[in-house]
Amino acid sequence: MAKFRIAVHITPRKGLLDPQGNAVKGALHTLGFKPVRDVHVGRYIIIETDAPDAIAAEETVTDMCRKLLANPVTEDFDIESAVQA
Amino acid sequence: MRFGIVTFPGSNCDYDAFHAVTEILGEEAVYIWHKDHDLQSADVIILPGGFSYGDYLRAGAIARFSPIMQEVAAHAKSGAPVLAICNGFQIACEAGLLPGALMRNSHLQFVSAEIRIRVENSDTIFTNLYERGEVLRIPVAHGDGRFVATPAVLDQLESEGRVVFKYADANGNPSADANPNGSERNIAGILSDAGNVLGLMPHPERACSPLLGSNDGVRLLESILSRVAA
Repeated sequence: MAKFRIAVHITPRKGLLDPQGNAVKGALHTLGFKPVRDVHVGRYIIIETDAPDAIAAEETVTDMCRKLLANPVTEDFDIESAVQA
Repeated sequence: MRFGIVTFPGSNCDYDAFHAVTEILGEEAVYIWHKDHDLQSADVIILPGGFSYGDYLRAGAIARFSPIMQEVAAHAKSGAPVLAICNGFQIACEAGLLPGALMRNSHLQFVSAEIRIRVENSDTIFTNLYERGEVLRIPVAHGDGRFVATPAVLDQLESEGRVVFKYADANGNPSADANPNGSERNIAGILSDAGNVLGLMPHPERACSPLLGSNDGVRLLESILSRVAA
């Protein structure tokens, strides 16, 4: 077993209303960042876990996303490659 | 009849539910700690409002893994009534007892107000003492109450009569202005496919006395009593 660090990005499902993203976009426009087209606010989660190898670590974190970290009705998730810590 | 009220860390409407059941309805109620595995022979389970686990990750996401939820799921599967109010509704959706999810209010503000809901289906164990189309005054208090589901699920809920309450104005119109949180199709409360789990964002247990502004919630509890006792 080795220690791995995996970052997970959780974002609002495309097409669903994202009021937080819209509020941030409005504030950016007010600040003068006029070219901003869209903003989405999500979560960034770092998991440190023991696993036999990187692939097993990524599979485990994918399972975590399906069961707890992301809501399958409203959110998408994306996992970065496991980094041995 | 015995009502079991589950207390999670961060529940804050468990006492309101207890009061409504024991003082208004005149029935027996017990508190059930979320770490227990015993429903204490309760006939009806109430998942109360609050902010279980501080709404960390998502509202209800962590509470659904509390030990007692295994027994609550078995209770629901057996066909026995589960009343899931506010945070309880969020927990029930996260646990898969009800479809869809509850997201941040579209205006991003916490809304604490007395609102109106229209009874869409009066042929349920929770609403049989109301008239279809009747408008009730019930308080809401939530930051994550925007009900969402896929269009296919929304169509199914509507066609099967499982949308029990919709946000509406005083005339019973489910208008955008009457929608306090941006819920899809003004949905305020839904039933499980078997009809024994009701989830709703408004608080019927806080609308049980004219002194508090409304007693429109009493008949919801009485409905359960009349149907389950019969």
